[in-house]
Amino acid sequence: MAKITYIQHDGAEQVIDVKPGLTVMEGAVKNNVPGIDADCGGACACATCHVYVDEAWLDKTGDKSAMEESMLDFAENVEPNSRLSCQIKVSDALDGLIVRLPESQH
Amino acid sequence: MSANVNQNACVVIVGAGHAGGSVAAFLRQYGHEGRIVLIGDEPLLPYQRPPLSKAWLKGEADADSLSLKPADWYAENNVMLRLGGVAERINRSDKTVTLASGEVIPYDFLVLATGARARELPIPGSDLAGVLALRTAADAEQLKNALGPDKRLAVVGGGYVGLEAAASARALGSHAMVIERESRVLARVACETLSHFFQDYHGKHGVAFELNAGVAAFEGRDGHVTGVRFADGRVVACDVALVGVGAVPNDELAKDAGLSTVNGVVVDLEARTDDPSIFAIGDVTHRPLPLYDRQFRLESVPNALEQAKQAASAILGRPGPPPETPWFWSDQYDLKLQIAGLPFDADRQVVRGDVAAAKFAVFHLKGDLVQAVEAVNAPPEFMAGKQLIAKRTPVDANKLADPSVSMKEVAA
Repeated sequence: MAKITYIQHDGAEQVIDVKPGLTVMEGAVKNNVPGIDADCGGACACATCHVYVDEAWLDKTGDKSAMEESMLDFAENVEPNSRLSCQIKVSDALDGLIVRLPESQH
Repeated sequence: MSANVNQNACVVIVGAGHAGGSVAAFLRQYGHEGRIVLIGDEPLLPYQRPPLSKAWLKGEADADSLSLKPADWYAENNVMLRLGGVAERINRSDKTVTLASGEVIPYDFLVLATGARARELPIPGSDLAGVLALRTAADAEQLKNALGPDKRLAVVGGGYVGLEAAASARALGSHAMVIERESRVLARVACETLSHFFQDYHGKHGVAFELNAGVAAFEGRDGHVTGVRFADGRVVACDVALVGVGAVPNDELAKDAGLSTVNGVVVDLEARTDDPSIFAIGDVTHRPLPLYDRQFRLESVPNALEQAKQAASAILGRPGPPPETPWFWSDQYDLKLQIAGLPFDADRQVVRGDVAAAKFAVFHLKGDLVQAVEAVNAPPEFMAGKQLIAKRTPVDANKLADPSVSMKEVAA
């Protein structure tokens, strides 16, 4: 299990044990963490699972695909550390990961 | 702590698909504390259907990843389940639902999320083993078991489900033939450019096509399908046949209760039916589309989610969600198709990008307004197009057609 901290826009935190192999998005949706909508269920088709990856974890979460990059390009309030959480696969190396959620996904 | 009205109301949800499961989750997320009963006729917890014809069929997703919420979520959130339960009757005067088991469940608010079912072909042989539909996890399981190296799949109906299944079948090493009554695949749901592109792409991946082809019967031996007989008498052999000729809304329960139905249950923008205590959401609804000034029935997950939010908000007296632009997606081979909007009243099409390179978008314009965009491996066109549709911003068609002008600039 990897412990992932999801921090809401208002500062509320939830720490969730996520099974390696799932995505950071699935870790949230399946554990009732609000704020990640994931309308397309992880197909990288909707950009409603936007998160900000804590700077310390940017290297470990890997690179964005061209598809993810261009989806994010048109999302709201995008920052350099923005990711689509359905594209981050959880592994033991991500134990301790911290992600922050935007105010809204729509 | 919450200003919600009806916070303790009893909400009964008929239909435990994506829409039904989601409305339960949104109610709890919004602070509803009353009783929730979720009735579903399948024996399964709510799950996602889109992967059934895609990742799941190819063995790239398992039951766990399909499920909407983990099993313990329902108990933790005090959502009572009636799985395998069939709602037989709504009694509007005493506000109860009667199940086939005889159980009578009272409600303050009722949410109908009964979805749609696969349309059946009224031809001989439809009841043979191996003639399948693809709507439920059980359907998908049967199809998956029937596919494999050198199996022959005949798909009747060249819509999205059929094409996605054909692509998945090819990935599993099966042969696939798509049989379509119209002169092109995706005839009801996509423009000609897209139809031809997809047929071509499938052809390159070894899928055979029979267009303008009527199907007269399924042939069988020992109760199992062995082939498809065309109207002209030819027979093509198959090991399994998939019928994907559209879906019909499960609106009988509503109709029998005297609610207004027109190819689905008629609802307003709060997902409310003409009975103020009864809502309907998802594929079963005939809903307003303010962007296009009409009522329509949509079959899509984003629609189910939007209406689940509308109903949960309306029940609790909260402001509704922001309006969603209808959108759809499909995965076939390495193609990502994303569609935003519907091409109602469009008077011209603008193609942007390179069809031959499998990276393009078709914009449907009404004057200088974008009504819809169909994007193949073109996320910027989809994302910007979706925003243009929502904002009703006029565009310059010349710029739109010129890929050297970025979508950011077109949309500016």
